[in-house]
Amino acid sequence: MNFDDIKNVAEILLQYLPNTLKLFAWTLVLSIPVGVIVTWLKKCRFKPISWLTNLYILIMRGTPLMLQIIAVYYAIPMLMAGARKSGADNWFYTLLGKINTRDENYMFIALVVAFVLNYAAYFAEIFRGGIESIPVGQYEASSMLGMTKMQTFFRIILPQVVKRVIPATSNEVIVLVKDTSLANVIAFAEITLKSKQMMNTYSSIVPLFVAGVFYFIMNAIVTVAFVYIEKKFNYYK
Amino acid sequence: MAILEVKNLSKTFGDLKVLKDISFNVEQGQVVAIIGPSGSGKSTLFRCINMLERADSGEITVSGLKMMTTEKNKAVFAPSKILRQIRLKIGLVFQNFNLFPHMSVMQNIIEAPTHVLKQSKKEAKANAEKLLEKMGLEEKAKSYPCELSGGQQQRVSIARALALNPEILFFDEPTSALDPELTGEILKVIKELAKEKMTMVIVTHEMAFAREVANHVIFMDGGYIVEEGDPEELFGNTQNERTKQFLQRYNN
Ligand SMILES: Nc1ncnc2c1ncn2[C@@H]1O[C@H](COP(=O)(O)OP(=O)(O)OP(=O)(O)O)[C@@H](O)[C@H]1O
Ligand SMILES: [Mg+2]
Repeated sequence: MNFDDIKNVAEILLQYLPNTLKLFAWTLVLSIPVGVIVTWLKKCRFKPISWLTNLYILIMRGTPLMLQIIAVYYAIPMLMAGARKSGADNWFYTLLGKINTRDENYMFIALVVAFVLNYAAYFAEIFRGGIESIPVGQYEASSMLGMTKMQTFFRIILPQVVKRVIPATSNEVIVLVKDTSLANVIAFAEITLKSKQMMNTYSSIVPLFVAGVFYFIMNAIVTVAFVYIEKKFNYYK
Repeated sequence: MAILEVKNLSKTFGDLKVLKDISFNVEQGQVVAIIGPSGSGKSTLFRCINMLERADSGEITVSGLKMMTTEKNKAVFAPSKILRQIRLKIGLVFQNFNLFPHMSVMQNIIEAPTHVLKQSKKEAKANAEKLLEKMGLEEKAKSYPCELSGGQQQRVSIARALALNPEILFFDEPTSALDPELTGEILKVIKELAKEKMTMVIVTHEMAFAREVANHVIFMDGGYIVEEGDPEELFGNTQNERTKQFLQRYNN
């Protein structure tokens, strides 16, 4: 491959970079609040809910994300096939029939669902660890000062949890940048898929290398961002 | 009138009876020192009075408000509205300070006045500045707890408790997490407060200090109050064998 070829590869990958970034951003923005909800469900005093949440976390962390993506993506076509076989005819199956699984939007939604389910489980564990690492003395001091449970959580506990979970969260975000490449398993047009295709066109592994540079730069930016955020919280120990 | 009345208080952890039939009163302006060997239940007693732990039976009354009573051998607690009122009448200074690390000294002190008592920020700040001056910390309002020495942190935590104007202040070993050379500054502050007739109950292992500042001493052992009385009497001339043994161990 000559320089022009490499430039060409980089330009094509740049066209598909927004797809990678979109998946990254949606996953990040949704999985953090969902993770907070999962933490809260896990701490729920009604035991069955806490157990179910544990089971969900166990499955999400215990099985490969790639399998989860395939499972979510094919769940609907499988249901459709099942419906056709059984000859059932109700509004639900009619609705399923309208879905085109090769549609870009359907693919993207399936991916975001799989990624958010997976990442929320990891974030939930990080947040739980953060909450549990706050010394009980902080709760006792708040209670002695007459603060309500809400005040204690939002004014005393949460700000300290945020600081403590930043390093673990930054690891997760770096992994997420790289995990977006798993979307190629359902032929979603992101940069890993495209670099694989160009690898065949050019009979060269250089396109993979170029894709690697893309991921590397994205993670450099993520790292710098987190260094900045950590600094912001450095005013106390 | 007694500010604090404790009657027949008992508390069990699992099979362990930690408090067995504890009764004592604290009068307005009194400084009470509680001494006793490790594990005798001093902290547990404080935690029950300060509602960080629920006693099993007995009665606790704080300036006329009943916090808990016992009916048919079961503890009955006051409605939460009364408990809230009581909560604001009592302050507790912890052995390890428990300051809020993410807040400056000033924020630590005005947090409860502004959010619990709903004072204006201006009013709370003015009051906090007076308290800091009293603690000899006027320079440190903007510092964070991690930038202070242990003794300074403990003085901030005393100011934080005082900012709510409590009627009675509890100290659980306020100097035992400090280097010996820093204990003096805390003892000085407590002496100042005693002069102003602040009602205080202090668990301490500093016998000399207890003798000097307290006007009433309670000796606890094995979950009981073994002896209580005037400091000179108890330290100088006790007739009780267990008290004698305990004090002897301390003097050596
Ligand atoms: N939450 C708890 N659960 C079980 N046992 C406890 C608990 N808190 C205290 N204890 C036990 O109760 C007994 C009294 O403890 P407490 O802390 O009240 O003693 P203390 O007089 O304050 O001792 P020290 O002088 O060492 O502070 C101890 O045997 C302790 O192990
Ligand atoms: Mg103790």
